[in-house]
Amino acid sequence: MSVEAKGTGYRLTGNLHDSPAELRAGVAVAKMDEDYFELAGRRYRSRLIVGTGKYRDFAQTRAAVEASGAEIVTVAVRRVNITDRSRENLLDYLDPSKYTILPNTAGCYTAEEAVRTCRLAREAGIGDMVKLEVIGDSKTLFPDVPATLEAARILVKEGFKVLPYITDDPVACLRLQEMGCVAVMPLAAPIGSGLGIRNPYNLRIIVENAKVPVIVDAGVGTASDAAEAMELGCDAVLMNTAIAGAKDPIAMARAMKLAVEAGRLAYLAGRIEPRLYATASSPLTGIIR
Amino acid sequence: MSESKVIIELNGEPFEIEEGLRLSDLIERLELRPTRIAVELNYAVVPKAEYSKVSLKAGDKVEVVHFVGGG
Repeated sequence: MSVEAKGTGYRLTGNLHDSPAELRAGVAVAKMDEDYFELAGRRYRSRLIVGTGKYRDFAQTRAAVEASGAEIVTVAVRRVNITDRSRENLLDYLDPSKYTILPNTAGCYTAEEAVRTCRLAREAGIGDMVKLEVIGDSKTLFPDVPATLEAARILVKEGFKVLPYITDDPVACLRLQEMGCVAVMPLAAPIGSGLGIRNPYNLRIIVENAKVPVIVDAGVGTASDAAEAMELGCDAVLMNTAIAGAKDPIAMARAMKLAVEAGRLAYLAGRIEPRLYATASSPLTGIIR
Repeated sequence: MSESKVIIELNGEPFEIEEGLRLSDLIERLELRPTRIAVELNYAVVPKAEYSKVSLKAGDKVEVVHFVGGG
Protein backbone atom coordinates (compact mmCIF):
# COMPACT_ATOMS: atom_id res chain seq x y z
CA MET A 1 0.00 0.00 0.00
CA SER A 2 1.26 3.43 -0.81
CA VAL A 3 -0.86 6.53 -0.35
CA GLU A 4 -0.20 10.22 -0.02
CA ALA A 5 -0.34 11.19 3.64
CA LYS A 6 -2.90 13.96 3.73
CA GLY A 7 -1.33 17.37 3.76
CA THR A 8 2.17 16.17 4.55
CA GLY A 9 3.65 15.66 1.13
CA TYR A 10 4.98 12.31 2.31
CA ARG A 11 4.08 8.85 1.02
CA LEU A 12 2.63 6.34 3.39
CA THR A 13 4.10 3.01 2.46
CA GLY A 14 3.46 -0.41 3.88
CA ASN A 15 1.30 -3.51 3.63
CA LEU A 16 -2.45 -3.37 3.29
CA HIS A 17 -2.85 -4.84 6.74
CA ASP A 18 -0.45 -2.48 8.48
CA SER A 19 -1.87 -1.01 11.64
CA PRO A 20 -2.24 2.78 11.93
CA ALA A 21 0.76 2.78 14.26
CA GLU A 22 2.88 1.02 11.64
CA LEU A 23 1.71 3.46 9.05
CA ARG A 24 2.71 6.34 11.31
CA ALA A 25 6.14 4.77 11.74
CA GLY A 26 6.29 4.55 7.97
CA VAL A 27 5.60 8.27 7.74
CA ALA A 28 8.43 9.04 10.14
CA VAL A 29 10.85 6.90 8.16
CA ALA A 30 9.73 8.51 4.93
CA LYS A 31 10.20 11.91 6.54
CA MET A 32 13.71 10.93 7.66
CA ASP A 33 14.62 10.01 4.09
CA GLU A 34 13.66 13.46 2.88
CA ASP A 35 14.65 15.28 6.03
CA TYR A 36 16.82 18.37 5.87
CA PHE A 37 17.20 21.67 7.60
CA GLU A 38 17.61 24.95 5.86
CA LEU A 39 20.24 27.41 6.98
CA ALA A 40 20.77 30.75 5.26
CA GLY A 41 19.01 29.48 2.15
CA ARG A 42 20.94 26.23 1.89
CA ARG A 43 19.71 22.75 2.68
CA TYR A 44 21.70 20.37 4.85
CA ARG A 45 20.90 16.72 5.32
CA SER A 46 23.18 16.29 8.31
CA ARG A 47 21.97 17.87 11.52
CA LEU A 48 25.33 17.45 13.20
CA ILE A 49 27.76 20.37 13.04
CA VAL A 50 31.25 19.67 14.32
CA GLY A 51 34.16 21.74 15.54
CA THR A 52 37.73 21.09 14.41
CA GLY A 53 39.64 21.97 17.58
CA LYS A 54 41.61 19.74 19.98
CA TYR A 55 42.43 16.96 17.52
CA ARG A 56 45.83 15.26 17.45
CA ASP A 57 46.52 16.39 13.89
CA PHE A 58 44.77 17.40 10.69
CA ALA A 59 44.47 13.80 9.52
CA GLN A 60 42.55 12.87 12.66
CA THR A 61 40.40 16.00 12.27
CA ARG A 62 39.45 14.94 8.77
CA ALA A 63 38.75 11.34 9.78
CA ALA A 64 36.48 12.47 12.62
CA VAL A 65 34.62 14.95 10.41
CA GLU A 66 34.06 12.24 7.81
CA ALA A 67 32.83 9.77 10.42
CA SER A 68 30.42 12.38 11.81
CA GLY A 69 28.78 12.92 8.42
CA ALA A 70 28.77 16.66 9.16
CA GLU A 71 28.36 19.07 6.27
CA ILE A 72 29.18 22.16 8.31
CA VAL A 73 32.40 22.51 10.32
CA THR A 74 33.53 25.32 12.57
CA VAL A 75 37.02 26.82 12.54
CA ALA A 76 38.80 29.52 14.53
CA VAL A 77 40.56 32.61 13.18
CA ARG A 78 44.12 32.99 14.50
CA ARG A 79 47.38 34.74 13.70
CA VAL A 80 49.66 32.92 11.29
CA ASN A 81 52.82 31.88 13.12
CA ILE A 82 55.42 33.97 11.32
CA THR A 83 58.52 32.31 12.77
CA ASP A 84 57.31 28.70 12.47
CA ARG A 85 55.21 28.54 9.36
CA SER A 86 53.78 25.15 8.70
CA ARG A 87 53.16 24.36 5.06
CA GLU A 88 49.93 22.64 5.97
CA ASN A 89 46.66 24.40 6.43
CA LEU A 90 43.45 23.04 7.93
CA LEU A 91 41.61 23.81 4.69
CA ASP A 92 43.97 21.46 2.83
CA TYR A 93 42.27 18.71 4.85
CA LEU A 94 38.72 20.04 4.81
CA ASP A 95 37.83 21.04 1.27
CA PRO A 96 35.72 24.23 1.40
CA SER A 97 33.91 23.09 -1.77
CA LYS A 98 32.75 20.00 0.12
CA TYR A 99 32.08 21.48 3.57
CA THR A 100 30.47 24.70 4.70
CA ILE A 101 33.22 26.34 6.74
CA LEU A 102 31.84 28.27 9.69
CA PRO A 103 34.45 30.58 11.27
CA ASN A 104 33.95 31.39 14.93
CA THR A 105 34.89 34.34 17.10
CA ALA A 106 36.12 32.19 19.99
CA GLY A 107 38.25 34.07 22.45
CA CYS A 108 36.56 37.42 21.81
CA TYR A 109 35.41 39.24 24.93
CA THR A 110 34.01 42.40 23.31
CA ALA A 111 31.63 43.10 20.44
CA GLU A 112 34.41 45.06 18.74
CA GLU A 113 36.85 42.12 18.79
CA ALA A 114 34.18 39.78 17.49
CA VAL A 115 33.19 42.09 14.63
CA ARG A 116 36.85 42.55 13.70
CA THR A 117 37.37 38.78 13.66
CA CYS A 118 34.30 38.27 11.45
CA ARG A 119 35.48 40.86 8.94
CA LEU A 120 38.83 39.07 8.67
CA ALA A 121 37.11 35.69 8.38
CA ARG A 122 35.00 36.92 5.49
CA GLU A 123 38.04 38.30 3.70
CA ALA A 124 39.67 34.87 3.94
CA GLY A 125 37.18 34.07 1.22
CA ILE A 126 35.05 31.12 2.23
CA GLY A 127 31.75 32.89 2.75
CA ASP A 128 29.84 35.24 4.99
CA MET A 129 28.43 32.82 7.56
CA VAL A 130 29.93 33.30 11.03
CA LYS A 131 29.52 31.70 14.42
CA LEU A 132 29.36 34.69 16.73
CA GLU A 133 30.53 34.14 20.26
CA VAL A 134 31.28 36.96 22.66
CA ILE A 135 32.44 35.50 25.94
CA GLY A 136 31.54 37.19 29.21
CA ASP A 137 33.45 35.11 31.71
CA SER A 138 36.63 33.04 31.32
CA LYS A 139 35.69 30.40 33.88
CA THR A 140 32.28 29.42 32.51
CA LEU A 141 32.74 30.74 28.98
CA PHE A 142 29.14 31.87 29.20
CA PRO A 143 28.19 34.42 26.53
CA ASP A 144 28.07 38.13 27.24
CA VAL A 145 24.46 38.57 26.13
CA PRO A 146 24.39 42.39 25.66
CA ALA A 147 27.72 42.30 23.78
CA THR A 148 26.48 39.41 21.62
CA LEU A 149 23.35 41.38 20.72
CA GLU A 150 25.46 44.45 19.93
CA ALA A 151 27.87 42.50 17.70
CA ALA A 152 25.01 40.65 15.98
CA ARG A 153 23.31 43.95 15.12
CA ILE A 154 26.48 45.29 13.47
CA LEU A 155 27.25 42.06 11.63
CA VAL A 156 23.72 41.59 10.26
CA LYS A 157 23.85 45.19 9.00
CA GLU A 158 27.16 44.41 7.24
CA GLY A 159 25.56 41.47 5.45
CA PHE A 160 26.93 38.62 7.53
CA LYS A 161 24.87 35.50 8.09
CA VAL A 162 25.12 35.34 11.84
CA LEU A 163 24.79 32.23 14.00
CA PRO A 164 25.08 33.44 17.58
CA TYR A 165 26.18 31.23 20.47
CA ILE A 166 23.94 32.33 23.31
CA THR A 167 22.71 31.44 26.77
CA ASP A 168 19.61 29.19 26.85
CA ASP A 169 17.56 32.33 27.32
CA PRO A 170 14.32 32.40 25.28
CA VAL A 171 14.17 36.20 25.26
CA ALA A 172 17.77 36.64 24.10
CA CYS A 173 17.07 34.08 21.35
CA LEU A 174 13.96 36.01 20.29
CA ARG A 175 15.90 39.28 20.07
CA LEU A 176 18.62 37.68 17.97
CA GLN A 177 16.03 36.17 15.66
CA GLU A 178 14.22 39.51 15.31
CA MET A 179 17.40 41.35 14.37
CA GLY A 180 18.04 38.96 11.48
CA CYS A 181 20.33 36.21 12.70
CA VAL A 182 20.00 33.12 10.46
CA ALA A 183 19.93 30.75 13.45
CA VAL A 184 20.12 30.82 17.23
CA MET A 185 22.56 28.59 19.07
CA PRO A 186 21.67 28.22 22.73
CA LEU A 187 24.12 26.33 24.91
CA ALA A 188 23.18 23.05 26.57
CA ALA A 189 25.89 23.47 29.24
CA PRO A 190 29.24 25.30 29.46
CA ILE A 191 31.61 24.82 26.51
CA GLY A 192 33.66 21.65 26.86
CA SER A 193 31.90 20.64 30.10
CA GLY A 194 30.11 17.56 28.77
CA LEU A 195 27.30 18.14 31.27
CA GLY A 196 24.59 17.54 28.69
CA ILE A 197 21.23 19.30 28.40
CA ARG A 198 20.95 21.30 31.66
CA ASN A 199 17.68 23.03 30.87
CA PRO A 200 15.48 21.09 28.45
CA TYR A 201 12.47 23.27 29.34
CA ASN A 202 14.14 26.46 28.17
CA LEU A 203 15.26 24.72 24.99
CA ARG A 204 11.68 23.65 24.33
CA ILE A 205 10.47 27.23 24.73
CA ILE A 206 13.24 28.47 22.42
CA VAL A 207 12.23 25.86 19.82
CA GLU A 208 8.56 26.88 20.12
CA ASN A 209 9.39 30.56 19.54
CA ALA A 210 11.87 30.00 16.76
CA LYS A 211 11.36 31.03 13.16
CA VAL A 212 15.02 30.27 12.43
CA PRO A 213 16.88 27.00 13.10
CA VAL A 214 17.73 26.28 16.72
CA ILE A 215 21.15 24.69 17.02
CA VAL A 216 22.24 23.42 20.41
CA ASP A 217 25.82 24.58 20.76
CA ALA A 218 28.13 23.45 23.55
CA GLY A 219 27.82 21.15 26.54
CA VAL A 220 27.05 17.83 24.88
CA GLY A 221 29.02 15.02 26.56
CA THR A 222 27.90 11.83 24.92
CA ALA A 223 25.54 10.40 22.33
CA SER A 224 22.42 10.42 24.51
CA ASP A 225 22.82 14.18 25.04
CA ALA A 226 22.83 14.75 21.29
CA ALA A 227 19.76 12.51 20.89
CA GLU A 228 18.00 14.43 23.65
CA ALA A 229 18.64 17.75 21.93
CA MET A 230 17.08 16.40 18.77
CA GLU A 231 14.14 14.85 20.64
CA LEU A 232 13.38 18.31 22.03
CA GLY A 233 12.86 19.47 18.47
CA CYS A 234 16.11 21.34 17.95
CA ASP A 235 17.15 21.59 14.32
CA ALA A 236 20.78 20.62 14.77
CA VAL A 237 23.54 20.10 17.31
CA LEU A 238 27.03 21.60 17.30
CA MET A 239 29.83 19.95 19.22
CA ASN A 240 33.60 19.69 19.38
CA THR A 241 35.06 18.49 22.67
CA ALA A 242 32.62 15.58 23.05
CA ILE A 243 34.12 14.06 19.90
CA ALA A 244 37.69 15.35 19.92
CA GLY A 245 38.16 14.61 23.61
CA ALA A 246 36.80 11.05 23.49
CA LYS A 247 39.30 8.21 23.85
CA ASP A 248 38.39 7.18 20.30
CA PRO A 249 37.26 10.34 18.51
CA ILE A 250 36.43 8.57 15.24
CA ALA A 251 34.11 6.09 16.98
CA MET A 252 32.50 8.92 18.96
CA ALA A 253 31.98 10.92 15.76
CA ARG A 254 30.00 8.00 14.36
CA ALA A 255 28.11 7.58 17.63
CA MET A 256 27.09 11.24 17.46
CA LYS A 257 25.97 10.90 13.85
CA LEU A 258 23.74 7.96 14.81
CA ALA A 259 22.47 9.72 17.95
CA VAL A 260 21.47 12.85 16.05
CA GLU A 261 19.65 10.73 13.46
CA ALA A 262 17.98 8.63 16.16
CA GLY A 263 16.90 11.69 18.13
CA ARG A 264 15.53 13.38 15.04
CA LEU A 265 13.60 10.28 13.98
CA ALA A 266 12.20 9.89 17.51
CA TYR A 267 11.07 13.52 17.39
CA LEU A 268 9.36 12.98 14.03
CA ALA A 269 7.84 9.70 15.18
CA GLY A 270 6.23 11.39 18.17
CA ARG A 271 7.04 9.86 21.52
CA ILE A 272 4.48 8.46 23.96
CA GLU A 273 3.42 10.60 26.87
CA PRO A 274 5.32 9.66 30.01
CA ARG A 275 2.97 8.34 32.70
CA LEU A 276 3.40 7.39 36.32
CA TYR A 277 1.83 3.94 36.22
CA ALA A 278 2.19 0.90 34.01
CA THR A 279 0.14 0.07 30.96
CA ALA A 280 0.41 -3.57 29.91
CA SER A 281 2.05 -4.22 26.55
CA SER A 282 0.56 -7.71 26.18
CA PRO A 283 -3.17 -8.44 25.67
CA LEU A 284 -5.19 -8.52 28.86
CA THR A 285 -7.57 -11.11 27.39
CA GLY A 286 -6.92 -14.80 26.84
CA ILE A 287 -4.65 -15.19 29.80
CA ILE A 288 -4.62 -18.84 31.02
CA ARG A 289 -6.01 -19.30 34.43
CA MET B 1 70.02 55.44 -3.04
CA SER B 2 70.03 52.54 -0.64
CA GLU B 3 66.73 51.26 0.69
CA SER B 4 66.10 52.30 4.24
CA LYS B 5 64.89 49.72 6.69
CA VAL B 6 61.89 50.31 8.88
CA ILE B 7 60.16 48.35 11.61
CA ILE B 8 56.52 47.32 11.34
CA GLU B 9 54.49 45.34 13.81
CA LEU B 10 53.63 41.98 12.28
CA ASN B 11 51.25 39.81 14.30
CA GLY B 12 52.25 41.63 17.46
CA GLU B 13 56.02 41.32 16.92
CA PRO B 14 58.55 43.85 15.51
CA PHE B 15 59.46 42.95 11.92
CA GLU B 16 62.04 44.65 9.73
CA ILE B 17 61.22 45.47 6.12
CA GLU B 18 62.41 47.85 3.43
CA GLU B 19 60.43 51.04 3.55
CA GLY B 20 57.60 50.99 1.03
CA LEU B 21 57.55 47.19 0.70
CA ARG B 22 54.33 46.14 -0.90
CA LEU B 23 51.98 43.95 1.08
CA SER B 24 51.94 41.38 -1.72
CA ASP B 25 55.73 41.13 -1.54
CA LEU B 26 55.62 40.68 2.23
CA ILE B 27 53.12 37.84 1.84
CA GLU B 28 55.28 36.21 -0.80
CA ARG B 29 58.35 36.56 1.41
CA LEU B 30 56.48 34.87 4.23
CA GLU B 31 55.58 32.06 1.79
CA LEU B 32 51.87 32.42 2.51
CA ARG B 33 49.10 31.55 0.08
CA PRO B 34 46.79 34.55 -0.35
CA THR B 35 43.82 32.20 -0.80
CA ARG B 36 44.30 30.86 2.70
CA ILE B 37 44.81 34.07 4.68
CA ALA B 38 43.26 37.41 5.54
CA VAL B 39 45.18 40.59 6.27
CA GLU B 40 44.43 43.61 8.41
CA LEU B 41 46.44 46.83 8.17
CA ASN B 42 46.06 49.25 11.08
CA TYR B 43 42.80 47.57 12.13
CA ALA B 44 41.19 47.67 8.67
CA VAL B 45 40.78 44.58 6.52
CA VAL B 46 42.70 44.73 3.26
CA PRO B 47 40.87 43.14 0.29
CA LYS B 48 43.02 40.56 -1.50
CA ALA B 49 42.86 42.54 -4.73
CA GLU B 50 44.64 45.41 -3.03
CA TYR B 51 47.66 43.57 -1.62
CA SER B 52 49.83 44.76 -4.50
CA LYS B 53 48.67 48.38 -4.13
CA VAL B 54 49.49 48.74 -0.45
CA SER B 55 52.96 50.01 0.55
CA LEU B 56 54.07 49.52 4.12
CA LYS B 57 55.61 52.23 6.23
CA ALA B 58 57.28 52.42 9.64
CA GLY B 59 55.00 51.57 12.55
CA ASP B 60 52.30 49.92 10.43
CA LYS B 61 50.41 47.31 12.36
CA VAL B 62 49.83 44.23 10.20
CA GLU B 63 47.81 41.21 11.21
CA VAL B 64 47.89 38.07 9.08
CA VAL B 65 45.40 35.39 10.08
CA HIS B 66 44.24 32.02 8.83
CA PHE B 67 41.82 29.32 9.91
CA VAL B 68 42.84 26.82 12.57
CA GLY B 69 40.93 24.10 14.35
CA GLY B 70 38.23 25.47 16.60
CA GLY B 71 34.79 24.77 18.00
